[in-house]
Amino acid sequence: MIVYALRRLGAIALIMLVICAITFAIFYLLPDDPALDACGKSCTSARLADVRHAMGLDQPVLTQFLSYLSGIFAGRTLGTSGLDCAAPCFGYSWQYASPVWDLLLDRLGVSASLAAGAAVLWLVVGVLLGLMAALRKGSLLDRGIVLSALATTSAPVYLIAALLIYFVILQGELLPFPDYQPVLDNPAAWVASLILPWITLAALYAAMYIRLTRASMIETMAEPYIRTARAKGLPERTVVVKHGLRSTMTPILTIFGIDLGGLLAGAMITETMFGLPGLGKLTFDAIGKSDQPVVLGVTLLAALFITLANLVVDLLYGVIDPRVRYA
Amino acid sequence: MSLLSVDNLSVAFGRVRVVDGVSFSVDRGRTLGIVGESGSGKSVSTLAIMGLLRGASVTGSVTFDGEELVGAPAERLRSLRGARLSMIFQDPLSSLHPFYTVGEQIAEAYRLHKKASRKVAHERAVEMLGEVGIPAPRRRAREHPHRFSGGMRQRVMIAMALACEPDLLIADEPTTALDVTVQAQILELIQRLQSEYGLGIIMITHDLGVVARIADDVLVMYGGRAAERAASARVFDDPRHPYTQGLLASVPGLGRGTEGPGGGRLRAIPGNPPLPSAFPPGCRFHPRCSVALDICATEQPALLGTVRQVACHREGEL
Repeated sequence: MIVYALRRLGAIALIMLVICAITFAIFYLLPDDPALDACGKSCTSARLADVRHAMGLDQPVLTQFLSYLSGIFAGRTLGTSGLDCAAPCFGYSWQYASPVWDLLLDRLGVSASLAAGAAVLWLVVGVLLGLMAALRKGSLLDRGIVLSALATTSAPVYLIAALLIYFVILQGELLPFPDYQPVLDNPAAWVASLILPWITLAALYAAMYIRLTRASMIETMAEPYIRTARAKGLPERTVVVKHGLRSTMTPILTIFGIDLGGLLAGAMITETMFGLPGLGKLTFDAIGKSDQPVVLGVTLLAALFITLANLVVDLLYGVIDPRVRYA
Repeated sequence: MSLLSVDNLSVAFGRVRVVDGVSFSVDRGRTLGIVGESGSGKSVSTLAIMGLLRGASVTGSVTFDGEELVGAPAERLRSLRGARLSMIFQDPLSSLHPFYTVGEQIAEAYRLHKKASRKVAHERAVEMLGEVGIPAPRRRAREHPHRFSGGMRQRVMIAMALACEPDLLIADEPTTALDVTVQAQILELIQRLQSEYGLGIIMITHDLGVVARIADDVLVMYGGRAAERAASARVFDDPRHPYTQGLLASVPGLGRGTEGPGGGRLRAIPGNPPLPSAFPPGCRFHPRCSVALDICATEQPALLGTVRQVACHREGEL
């Protein structure tokens, strides 16, 4: 188990390196020139060369890449600007005049709060409704649930967000427009600012979990071991929960890990719609202003979260399903 | 009074009647073999007795130890299942939950029906595993089903079914998925436990060898109806229904096929068994019967006789 986990961590490091290289290469090939943006409006070619030199952009791409990599572990000084970027250094945002890592850390709490709350909501709603639909397969209830799941999946997330903002905040005046506060500072304000974003994201994801739970549960309930459980005289509730749902959780867990990992790195549209200062909003703004170090940093963070979430899921398989034990 | 008496049992899914007026009985310590091809209604009949058919309409009468089960409240049936009526199935791997240890799975029914503590139930599970011949039962009780071989898994199923000391065991093709040598061991085990516990057994199978070996009585089913019903020895020595004769002739070393005019060649019954949605009128076997008359296509033969019962228009002449 430990050997397996270590081997996987090694693989993750390799994947991260490849992703890092690819992302770096993409930005290098883009026509955007960070030096040009930093240089300002009255830029002369002599000044541009100075800026480029100061930012270290006049170095060969491989040198830039290697210095980026070593910065992550050892920190570095950016070009000749004299700016110190302590490890882990993921570059420097000229836009925010701050090391990218500090920006990421600063925004992570918001995105994590958003992801965690939404995840709880969609998991509970999705599994519960999926279960109800599966157990009453073919009934009106089942059709209603499947249809509304289809409707919410088809609705774009900005539409759901816009409707919530319009009806709950603007028309209903039930909530103020989100003004994010860290949970430790002001729990009530934290919930108030996140409740609509949670619902928006949960609506998007719950639909998928409903369909997944329903399909998986229908399949499980047709398994011979469910018949065995009934033949033992177990109450139907025990049959469904202990014998049925337990098997159904495996595919749900797989998707859940990937979804949660991806969301930790920010829900771009939801955060932007609700003005939440999370990683998604950071990315959105960074793309708009071609703040490449930030986009690169968020991409790497997202990749790290997704690969780690995958590892956690794979390790959890062994806990859930005894047939999966790692050597 | 028989332990289990089934009288005129019919099972229908919607308009499709898959079991049509079947009667049989089982006594304590005795074994009834129910034989038939896929779709003959043998499994459905027993699932109906157990109250395990969902969405089917079950009519007729099933009395278990004097108590009517057809139309009994679901809760009552549930309290009998696993406690006094037990069942084992064909594929022991898929019939065991992959995520729970075999000990947990055996203990589960015992805890429920005997109101036993977790500890007592676990002890019972270990005891039962030893009883069905699993070596090192204490250690193996903590293992999951995938660590067991096919025969061992079926032993686990049997341990699970018998943990609460039921009166009746329904075995639905318990040896079909097993190697021949393992089959014999499992049958021996079932017979030993039968005499130990005084179990009534219904053995569902399409394997005539199994029936010949352990059944006291035989019910041959075809197309959801009883074709022939008699003591096992009679059926094997002198089968009367053309379908039973065909079945025996298609198995080496059991019936007439080996000595028949075919010069030792096995004879297959031509055609395929009918689907429940398209049962032919009259005798349901007539399209495949080599001795069918005109009447066979129109009129359903009654199951007649006392010591042996046969449902054939030509009973007595053949």
